[in-house]
Amino acid sequence: MENILHALPLMLEGAGISLIITAVGIILGSIIGLAAGLARLSRNKLVRLGGTAYVDFFRGSPLFVQIMLIYFGIPGLLKSLHEYWVSTGGEPFMTNFSLNIWFAAILSISLNSGAYIAEIFRAGVQSIEKGQIEAARSLGMNHFQAMRYVILPQAFKRVIPPMGNEFIMLLKETSLLSVIGFEELARKTQLEVARTYATFELWLTAAFIYLIMTFTFSRLVDRLEERLKTD
Amino acid sequence: MIIKIKDLYKNFGDLEVLKGINCSIKEKEVVVVIGPSGSGKSTFLRCINKLEEPTSGTIIIDGYDITDPRTDINYVRQEVGMVFQRFNLFPHKTVLENITLAPVKVRNVSQEEAEKTARELLQKVGLSDKAEAYPSQLSGGQQQRVAIARALAMRPKIMLFDEPTSALDPEMVGEVLAVMKQLAREGMTMVVVTHEMGFAREVGDRVIFMDEGRMVEEGTPEQIFNNAQNPRTQLFLSKIL
Repeated sequence: MENILHALPLMLEGAGISLIITAVGIILGSIIGLAAGLARLSRNKLVRLGGTAYVDFFRGSPLFVQIMLIYFGIPGLLKSLHEYWVSTGGEPFMTNFSLNIWFAAILSISLNSGAYIAEIFRAGVQSIEKGQIEAARSLGMNHFQAMRYVILPQAFKRVIPPMGNEFIMLLKETSLLSVIGFEELARKTQLEVARTYATFELWLTAAFIYLIMTFTFSRLVDRLEERLKTD
Repeated sequence: MIIKIKDLYKNFGDLEVLKGINCSIKEKEVVVVIGPSGSGKSTFLRCINKLEEPTSGTIIIDGYDITDPRTDINYVRQEVGMVFQRFNLFPHKTVLENITLAPVKVRNVSQEEAEKTARELLQKVGLSDKAEAYPSQLSGGQQQRVAIARALAMRPKIMLFDEPTSALDPEMVGEVLAVMKQLAREGMTMVVVTHEMGFAREVGDRVIFMDEGRMVEEGTPEQIFNNAQNPRTQLFLSKIL
């Protein structure tokens, strides 16, 4: 018990960081996801292919691997490129190749959630009856106006539950950032366990902190959904 | 001639739905298209505002060749209102917003002006008290009347009706037909696909019978309903009248 109380402030700080990185991931992921989702619905084959390639890559490989690829892989690539540049007689212009850990964390989480959100948006748009776009177009709206004023507002309402789900999934998956030493809740717990050897108590506490966060959030989503019901 | 259609063909994959339609429609004319289901009458109507892309042929609306890819179809559609079988009102918007959306965003009418027009149109279709309601709070007949008002708000020269009463409970058909009759009396050019033979007889200037992708017979309601020449027309009418 004493161990828990002692570790709790640091773990709560980690929980806060987990929440922040999840929120930022969802926001940036929504922007990426909206673009990629619409790209997948585009009439242009090349645009559609780009969207599909992105979604397939980030949904089809583990987040763990993506984090490693970004945090360790990108600096490795930059270093090789730089060495090649120097070997061909170029002036060296970089000395530090490592990525800022917050940048790597946000980038990997956003790119990963963006792929899932793209599918959520695509499904949301496709769930709107065909008659809606036909009515909008028959009134003289162009494709963009029809999407902007008729389809997307309806789709957004329908994507709230799956988006809430995505937030919860992402919050749990941020624990994988501990692998690169990013000090969110799981990493903080790991450090406290190493210091105190209170393995069971502290990991159980971590599980409960995650549980409280996900539970609270899913209640909030339920309430939001209830309030947005106009029709 | 406000609508001129020449050699219109439409295929869906291997299926030939329209097999050479030729048809001209005068200003202020009310043309009623009848025929068995699958005869291509809805597809024909949807080609007129290019909701369906014709496979070949030309369609000229008020001087604009809409089969020419250079024609701005969004502009031509402002002149051609459409009413759907399933209403297709925007469920996230109130009745008033449904009617004002396109005039404000597409025609760049001011919000006040659009609302004024919308309220006049609501009065015309007998729904003045429903301006603030959402579509889901209305009956089918009321929704369809709002849909007509929404199309009229763009001040179109032509109105297309795609089986406007087919999704309605029988007791609501009359209120929608009444609005359409009034519109016809005011001189709107109308193309109506319908199974309402009473409406065709009373309001139609011309009735076209379609079967298997072709216009088989056309004439005044009197000619078609009392003196059809083609055996297929006779067979169809004998089944429904």
